[in-house]
Amino acid sequence: MVTLTKREFLMVATGSAAAALMGMPAIALGQEKAAARAAEFLGGATAKEGGITLEMPEIAENGNTVPLTVRVDMPATEQSYVESLMVLADGNPEPGVATFHFTPLSGTQEASTRMRLAKTQNVIAIAKLNDGSFMRTETLVKVTIGGCGG
Amino acid sequence: MSKPRVKLPKSAKAGEVITIKTLITHKMESGQRKDSKGNKIPRDIINKFTCTFNGQPVFTCDLLPAISANPYIQFNALVKEAGTFEFVWVDDGGNSYSTKNDIAIG
Repeated sequence: MVTLTKREFLMVATGSAAAALMGMPAIALGQEKAAARAAEFLGGATAKEGGITLEMPEIAENGNTVPLTVRVDMPATEQSYVESLMVLADGNPEPGVATFHFTPLSGTQEASTRMRLAKTQNVIAIAKLNDGSFMRTETLVKVTIGGCGG
Repeated sequence: MSKPRVKLPKSAKAGEVITIKTLITHKMESGQRKDSKGNKIPRDIINKFTCTFNGQPVFTCDLLPAISANPYIQFNALVKEAGTFEFVWVDDGGNSYSTKNDIAIG
């Protein structure tokens, strides 16, 4: 393991990360990665807007654990159900949150979990139905870390 | 050591949709953090959760680093007959944790 002095560390850090840490490019990077993941999931298809409910606090006080409930508003039957439901957060360093896979035995297409959000950002849910069609919904969550009211 | 916990009813009517709540202790190290020397702490998260009923798949979930520590997952299941739910969590180190719950009809 290499031990760096503060000066060496700063030199390495500024050299490699300066471009990425300039604010706007970093945000764009998260959105770009999110778009790339979404495109991969869609596989060339286009998603219909709406049809998914994303339940989250409007303002999340602690970005370390933000409760999330995601639900596709249609009954699950053997003929028609949601196969996969992908959740993305476009302001995180890695936009992927989770992908839920349902079956007709799931009864409903609903799941809850707790996620990490680095800052105020859009949370995106994309559902893939068993007939190959897609639905998409996007919601903005404001994140306050340390209670400074940002 | 990760300890899984699952909460679901002991019995249900045939055809009823029940809610299952699961929680497992795990630090969910994201791979983004650095230690005091500036070295990246390697990613170590639960990356897969599976629920089966009498061997048939009910619900699975791929988890990514944006899931909070001690991951909580809640979902529903359609109960048609009595049987056993099995829950399995797998982490990056290849460790797997599992637990089983029986459900009766009535």
